Order: sequence, then structure tokens, then C-alpha cells
Amino acid sequence: MAEIIEKLITTDEIKTDEYLVNMGPQHPSTHGVLRLLVKLEGEIVHNVEPHIGYIHSGIEKMSEALSYPQIIHLTDRMDYLSAHMNNEAVCLCIEDALQVQVPERVKYIRTIIDELQRLASHQLWWCASGMDLGALTAFFYGLRDREDILDIFEETCGARLTLNYSVPGGVMFDIHPNFQAKVKAFIKKFRKILPEYDKLLTGNIIFQNRTKGVGILSKEDAIAYGVTGPTGRASGFSCDVRKHHPYSAYPYIKFDEKVGTDGDCFMRWKLRMDEMRESLNIIEQLIDNIPEGDYALKMKGVIKLPEGEFYQRVETARGEFGVYIVSDGKKNPYRVKYRSPGFSNLFAINHIAKKWKIADLVAIMATFDLVIPDIDR
Amino acid sequence: MTNEQLIEHLSAAFPDAVVKQGKQYPEITVSKEILHAFMKNLKSDTKLAFDYLVCESGVDYPAFIQVVYHIESTSLQHFLIVKCNTENRETAVLDTVMDIWPTAEFHEREIYDLLGITFNHHTDLRRLFLDDTWGHPLRKDFKDDIHVVER
Repeated sequence: MAEIIEKLITTDEIKTDEYLVNMGPQHPSTHGVLRLLVKLEGEIVHNVEPHIGYIHSGIEKMSEALSYPQIIHLTDRMDYLSAHMNNEAVCLCIEDALQVQVPERVKYIRTIIDELQRLASHQLWWCASGMDLGALTAFFYGLRDREDILDIFEETCGARLTLNYSVPGGVMFDIHPNFQAKVKAFIKKFRKILPEYDKLLTGNIIFQNRTKGVGILSKEDAIAYGVTGPTGRASGFSCDVRKHHPYSAYPYIKFDEKVGTDGDCFMRWKLRMDEMRESLNIIEQLIDNIPEGDYALKMKGVIKLPEGEFYQRVETARGEFGVYIVSDGKKNPYRVKYRSPGFSNLFAINHIAKKWKIADLVAIMATFDLVIPDIDR
Repeated sequence: MTNEQLIEHLSAAFPDAVVKQGKQYPEITVSKEILHAFMKNLKSDTKLAFDYLVCESGVDYPAFIQVVYHIESTSLQHFLIVKCNTENRETAVLDTVMDIWPTAEFHEREIYDLLGITFNHHTDLRRLFLDDTWGHPLRKDFKDDIHVVER
């Protein structure tokens, strides 16, 4: 049967014309306002051209008119699922430029919040991409468990999504007295829930057929297109900034960098599931050992960076996030550039979606874990 | 390679270029004439093997516009910053590096959109975020009475 269909498609008998379809900007599987101009022949994708800029908010331009503590909370609004990592990147960059050493306590708190944020982000990715592939139940499970992390955030820093918790020299408030107990309770609970996640989707034969062998990104292409994060690591590109350029409390702990081999949708899926387990391990190593001390350094009222250029990279839930600050010695930055992981990741989609069906394009986008404000900035 | 070895190797290979140790990473400034050949060499030289373009950004200075490339080698784990200046702000033209690192195609489209630098030999140089009614917002002399409030 397959041979007959193959023959029919390749001969001109049932060949259709190529046509263009707009996927988005309001398509549910684009997770935001992304428009893909898809060139199709029948159901087969021939070309995918991303059109972005629908929520370009000019954060880099705005930053030029703001002071350093003010630009931090604009970074929340880029990749809102990795809000704290973005805050931390700017803070680390400023601290590095000013040559200040933050207290050990701050490093531990930041790393724990980082990993909680990564878990929350991966939970939302897990449930939303389940929904993209037609498994709606996953959505409710994921959001239910994410609520626990957001409650912990709310108790400690008042916000649930746009944390704005890191400030230059430390964190805004000390952790809540319940913080450690609640995090430990969450880890215990979530370790029991993770096998359920696997049972629901990873082992599901329909799900496996939709993802295994689909949308393969080779290691060479991942490097050439700058695809980082779990998406790049699933292709075998060892690019974990936490491992290669450790910051905050990452040098003190033992953890594995998960690297995959296949580079298909299923590998990207599995890698993020493994990363959730690894995040739990990281938090467990830190949560009981938070050193006593100040939660922030006393910084000057007006922060002025010395003249020069500073680059800081951190690992967000989506990949490598970079901050490039050019300072001319005034209280505003001369130029700020954010290297957002989603931007580089997005443009690899065209390369790997060719010759796949349009339903596979949805699977590819789901496992790429795109957040559009991160791309548009 | 360590930073010192990297600087030594680059100064020997490119006597015209200015190599110095920056605050964090080695920095090299090349002229726009040799930019493409220099970048190609960075990738193909097995001792350097810079295969990963991390970030490409444009900075508007009073006399010229500068493009800054943050490049890393995934196999040898070293990091380099390459800078290249345009001749002046009016005729801002540089060669593309998209044939060396495909990711540069979109970084360069962003720079073209926001800073107005034209890249020679770029196959698809169109605006990325904004429509044609806009100027180039990241230039320092950009004026927009509606969206930008001057204090």
C-alpha cells in the first residue's frame, strides 16, 4: 500500500500545486503570536518561514534610557517562564563589572530558585506540548503541579510569574521561614508524580509514534544554528552553561549534564523529563546547606558601571541566555543586547521540518519549547 | 587553548589585526576588508575550530557602527570576541558571515532591521521585527515623537 501511495505521489497523477498557509499568529500550537508561513504540497511541508515581531517591545532600546536596577525587571517580560534566570544574568553581569563578591547565601538562594523555575517551566512545557499532540489530560496535571512551585515563589518574593527577585548584590528579600520545608515537601511529592508523567505520555504508543524519528536535528546543524538548551543537547551538542561556565552555586554541586544522541522529537522530550529529575537532585543538595549570612550586599544608590563591555551567559530553561552590556561610565547602559535562546532555536525549525507532514511540524514546535516574547524581545 | 595561547596564535596568524585581552575574553578588531576571510579561517583552522556563533550584536558609536561577534569553539572550549567597524554611519556595509555560521542569517537580519547595517552577499536581507515605516530604532539619533519620551 505504502509503495502505491509513494508511486502516486511521485508521479504527476495526484500531484497538487504548492500552496502557502499561514500558521498563526493566533494558532494555539505556536504558543504566542508567532506566524509561520508554511509552503505545502498536500500535507507535506516544503518550507517554513517564521514571521516574528508581533510583540517586539523594544526592550533593548528602552534599557538605554533606564538605570541598571530598572532594566532587570524588563528581562522578566522576555522569557517569562525563565524570569529568574534572566534577572540573574543581568545581576551577574553587573556584579562582574563592579567586581563585587555576593555572599554565599545569595548564591545558594539564586541557584535553588533557578532550578525551581526550570522545573516550573518544564512542567508547563510538558503539559502544553502534550496538549499540542492531542493529549489534553496532561495539561491539567502539569498546571496542578506547577501551582505548588508558584506558591513557593509567591510566599518568598510576592510574585508568581515575573519574579524580579534578584537585585545587583543579592536578592530582594530573605527567603520565607517556610521556604525550606515547602521545597522539601514539594520534592518529595514531585518525585512520586514524575513516574505518572511518564506513564501518561512517554510510554504511550500513540505519543511515541508521533515523536520517534520525527524532526531529526543533527549535532552539526545544532551547532551551526546555535541551538542550545535541552533542544541542542538532545542532538548531542554539549552546551550546558551550568557545566561549562559555572556561576552562582553550580560549582559546588554534583550534577550530570544530560546529553542525548538521536536529536528527534522523542529525544528532546525525554531529555527534558531527565532534566526535571536532575533539577530535583540539584535542589536536594542545596536546600539543607543554605549558609547563614546576609541576603544582599549594601550597594550604592546609583549604580554606575565602569567603562567597557561585559558579557554574561546563563542557562535558562530554553538554552543559553547572554547579556552583553556596553557601558560608557554613566548610570544608564550605552547599549544592551540580549542573546535569547529562543531566537536561535526558532530558525532551525525550517531546516528540520522539510519533507515532514504538517502534523509533525506541530510536534517539532512543541518539543522546541518556544516562548515568543523571548524571541521578539 | 588558554586565553594567552589564543592571543599569541591570533597575533602570529594575523599581524594586521589588533588583539588584546579584554576584561573577560580575548578581543580582536579586524578591518572590514578582511572580515570574511578572517572569519572563515577561524572556523577552518583546526587549532581554533570556532564553530559556534553565540551572539552577534551591533553597537552604534558616534563615528561608526560596530558589529560584535561572540564566538566559541565547542570542541576546544575557548571563546573569542571579534569586532568590526563600518566605514562610517551613513554607508554602513559589511560582509555577511551567514555562509560560515547559518545562525548569522537571522542575527544579521535583526541588525539590519534595528541598526541599518547592510550585509553584502546576504541571501535574504529583509526586516525582521518592524515594518518599512520605521527607521532604525537602535541608532542613537533615532527620533520617534509618538513612542519615545524624552526626559
